[in-house]
Amino acid sequence: MSWGRRDGIRFILIQNRAGKTRLAKWYMQFDDDEKQKLIEEVHAVVTVRDAKHTNFVEFRNFKIIYRRYAGLYFCICVDVNDNNLAYLEAIHNFVEVLNEYFHNVCELDLVFNFYKVYTVVDEMFLAGEIRETSQTKVLKQLLMLQSLE
Amino acid sequence: MDAMATGEGRREGVRDRSRVCKSKEAEIKRINKELANIRSKFKGDKALDGYSKKKYVCKLLFIFLLGHDIDFGHMEAVNLLSSNKYTEKQIGYLFISVLVNSNSELIRLINNAIKNDLASRNPTFMCLALHCIANVGSREMGEAFAADIPRILVAGDSMDSVKQSAALCLLRLYKASPDLVPMGEWTARVVHLLNDQHMGVVTAAVSLITCLCKKNPDDFKTCVSLAVSRLSRIVSSASTDLQDYTYYFVPAPWLSVKLLRLLQCYPPPEDAAVKGRLVECLETVLNKAQEPPKSKKVQHSNAKNAILFETISLIIHYDSEPNLLVRACNQLGQFLQHRETNLRYLALESMCTLASSEFSHEAVKTHIDTVINALKTERDVSVRQRAADLLYAMCDRSNAKQIVSEMLRYLETADYAIREEIVLKVAILAEKYAVDYSWYVDTILNLIRIAGDYVSEEVWYRVLQIVTNRDDVQGYAAKTVFEALQAPACHENMVKVGGYILGEFGNLIAGDPRSSPPVQFSLLHSKFHLCSVATRALLLSTYIKFINLFPETKATIQGVLRAGSQLRNADVELQQRAVEYLTLSSVASTDVLATVLEEMPPFPERESSILAKLKRKKGPGAGSALDDSRRDPSSHDINGGVEPTPSTVSTPSPSADLLGLRAAPPPAAPPAPSGAGNLLVDVFSDSPAAQPGLGPSPEEAFLSELEPPAPESPMALLADPAPAADAGPEDIGPPIPEADELLNKFVCRNNGVLFENQLLQIGVKSEFRQNLGRMYLFYGNKTSVQFQNFSPTVLAVQTKRVASQVDGGAQVQQVLNIECLRDFLTPPLLSVRFRYGGAPQSLTLKLPVTINKFFQPTEMAAQDFFQRWKQLSLPQQEAQKIFKANHPMDAEVTKAKLLGFGSALLDNVDPNPENFVGAGIIQTKALQVGCLLRLEPNAQAQMYRLTLRTSKEPVSRHLCELLAQQF
Repeated sequence: MSWGRRDGIRFILIQNRAGKTRLAKWYMQFDDDEKQKLIEEVHAVVTVRDAKHTNFVEFRNFKIIYRRYAGLYFCICVDVNDNNLAYLEAIHNFVEVLNEYFHNVCELDLVFNFYKVYTVVDEMFLAGEIRETSQTKVLKQLLMLQSLE
Repeated sequence: MDAMATGEGRREGVRDRSRVCKSKEAEIKRINKELANIRSKFKGDKALDGYSKKKYVCKLLFIFLLGHDIDFGHMEAVNLLSSNKYTEKQIGYLFISVLVNSNSELIRLINNAIKNDLASRNPTFMCLALHCIANVGSREMGEAFAADIPRILVAGDSMDSVKQSAALCLLRLYKASPDLVPMGEWTARVVHLLNDQHMGVVTAAVSLITCLCKKNPDDFKTCVSLAVSRLSRIVSSASTDLQDYTYYFVPAPWLSVKLLRLLQCYPPPEDAAVKGRLVECLETVLNKAQEPPKSKKVQHSNAKNAILFETISLIIHYDSEPNLLVRACNQLGQFLQHRETNLRYLALESMCTLASSEFSHEAVKTHIDTVINALKTERDVSVRQRAADLLYAMCDRSNAKQIVSEMLRYLETADYAIREEIVLKVAILAEKYAVDYSWYVDTILNLIRIAGDYVSEEVWYRVLQIVTNRDDVQGYAAKTVFEALQAPACHENMVKVGGYILGEFGNLIAGDPRSSPPVQFSLLHSKFHLCSVATRALLLSTYIKFINLFPETKATIQGVLRAGSQLRNADVELQQRAVEYLTLSSVASTDVLATVLEEMPPFPERESSILAKLKRKKGPGAGSALDDSRRDPSSHDINGGVEPTPSTVSTPSPSADLLGLRAAPPPAAPPAPSGAGNLLVDVFSDSPAAQPGLGPSPEEAFLSELEPPAPESPMALLADPAPAADAGPEDIGPPIPEADELLNKFVCRNNGVLFENQLLQIGVKSEFRQNLGRMYLFYGNKTSVQFQNFSPTVLAVQTKRVASQVDGGAQVQQVLNIECLRDFLTPPLLSVRFRYGGAPQSLTLKLPVTINKFFQPTEMAAQDFFQRWKQLSLPQQEAQKIFKANHPMDAEVTKAKLLGFGSALLDNVDPNPENFVGAGIIQTKALQVGCLLRLEPNAQAQMYRLTLRTSKEPVSRHLCELLAQQF
């Protein structure tokens, strides 16, 4: 019952409270049915928790580190031995970049600019690892790419 | 939706769409229309320009991400890869990454495009290509690029961003197919990326090195000193020194965490200077934790504490600096009462590992009251669970009573989700730290009272084992269960424990008129009708023991057994017991009865099966302490200590030795499937092996062949490489580590539980005649959830498919017909795959088919035996082993094992009556192998000498090895 015991991110999900997926980034091979199941399970696990609860929840043999921003849940699934707070702040760092890039990001930005969101993710997370943490560097790169459009 | 492709236009287009599409049907209709439109554009005569192509591919992606299937557009997406425009290329790559298709034609084209981009020297394009490889991570891509990427990574002229992507791309390929990434001269240069100017490059490189060094620690050990100096520079820098990499006044928190994790792959540095520098870093982090925060934002404290917790992990990993360990413990102690739930949770979790260090165990114990309070008051169940874990970890003889009683109290209100685990923990602690066993018995009975549903078999088996083994507690146990059973509603597990203990030790309290035999009996029997079949079966055994213990109850009990509700019970197991026990009580003399129903002998001491269960329950997600024990072979003892002991060897189930019928002679050979007339039946009819009469219908039969080994590889059982329909040999993983041990259990018997874990139980029933065999495999789903894609396959055997779904609690059966073509050494492999709750499970076992199954016993007179023995006197025809007895040396048991092994036992052959002599012929299609064996026990030395002579050298050796494992 394992997806391998290694460090790192298994998947990143952004969901709204109704359970609609706004971003799903998989760092392991799952088939479509399984992805759908994971999406539903994560939603069920995360949305029942209140603000007084921790931002971490055990999930199968892994854990979900999540944080809620307005109506959106940003969830990262990592190995149980991974550093909770580092991933919690990685989420926040990512959200601050999105906010800067989309000028006050809202849920619809993620829907309509999904292809840009994927680019942001790949700049900051790659192969299930944190790739770049400097907001300045990421935003500079994103603006450069924007200029190529 | 036409305006969907870019910017504002897209926003308007989709807003419009979502406004219009109120219902699901309308949305589907709209999307189908759009798909038809795109399809016609792609198929149209007019070649689309890059912009339109991108626009439509992007729409397809959007539709896919809304949850609709997309079955075209791949070619157009691939075309976009060769565009020179960034946006077009990006959409192409995104489509490929999200909708990977293993269409080989396209893979070739995709790889070609990637190759061009990697060679383009355009950093943007190179990164896109690298990200695509990293996102797809397929083996094909690994084969195509694994050699190029290290070059790009260490090339002097690669841009920083390209290096970052290349490092992580390589990491992904290595994780997916390590064999494709050869180590080479580049490894040394990768290590030196830790010195890179660009912190982003270092961030990516540390991840790569951490992954690579786990398999090749020596190749990368220079990374330790480089990591220490990098860490030291970060930790000692001021909060603004690192500019871009400072996050809420914390310098490079993520990089620090990664470096600290890399160091956890190695032991403490040997070089004193490096070590000194590192200890200084660790102290600095601990010191900084005491400084006033530079910001009130939670981001600041989280980033700071991320480093702190990783530092503590490293300190625990080294486990060599008492001073740092105690400081870490004090720091965590402060967090235990922090207002942030996250910190309390993490402190409990981290302290759990500290508790196992001898240097900090005492320091951890000082926080017991805070932790007990957390168990009582935390709102988040996961925090309470960590508190329970920590109490378990800090428990020792000095505080066991307090901790156990707090856990018991907590159990009454605990969340259902964690009750079973608490029960297991309490049971283990109670046993481990029991000073007097009456406390232990009280604790377990309390467990059953409070949370009977969560008390698993392991727990109550264990209390029975302990009571059986310690005569100082037997009277107390009898008295206590008797009292517990007085409760008007008591849990069925209490009835089981009560039934068993009173059946064994009820005589110890029978002197008291309040618990006289008739009172004991009527108390037990008052529960009988409300119990499950398994419990009623156990109670029937108790009753027959009562007849032996208390002759005055005989008439009453015979009346009960004789009642139609027993003798004609619809359940075969109950009916059989009633009939047999009634007959036994009527025909056997009191002496025979007393022998048959003698008190249980002590159980062999072994690791608590509960501990094994807890480890399993924790799964691979458990902390490092549990990880260590997972490597311990004893934890693979899946049934929790039910390896065949003399008392269980011919019984099919782990539970059978609890029945107390050990003194009954083991059957001369493994019984026919129905086992009729055999007293040694399984107490608990949930074992598949105990299911009678599941004969195969003819259409279920199919032929499996044990092919002869290829001459050059005598070990290979399967010369015919033709794989089974749906599983090639490469699909079958190596057998689980305990496969041999499991196989050994079946050498001398044909029925039983082959494998069991928390999900699945596999039972086996088999019969062999001459060179043919038939095997029934029973796969039982122990969970309440359906298994999907269930597919058990026997390597190189055409197995008929079984149902691909197995409902929770249900059992499916598979039949194998086996023909032995010639002698073989390796058993066939059985591979079981299924999905449980979405996670793929796979398991490879050795099918319990060993060469001795095809033994035909041969009777012969002494002179014939010696004549043949002499004929087989070539040195290579003989195999001999002298070995120590692993089990008590009991002649009857040995006899039963030899018969189970398959040979005939010849009396009056060996001049020494202590010795055993056997003969038989192994029947294969190609040839017959005559076998003679002699087993000479030496009770004084607790040793055996086993000699095998056969006409074929490998067979002698193999039989000798198989049989020697059994004693």
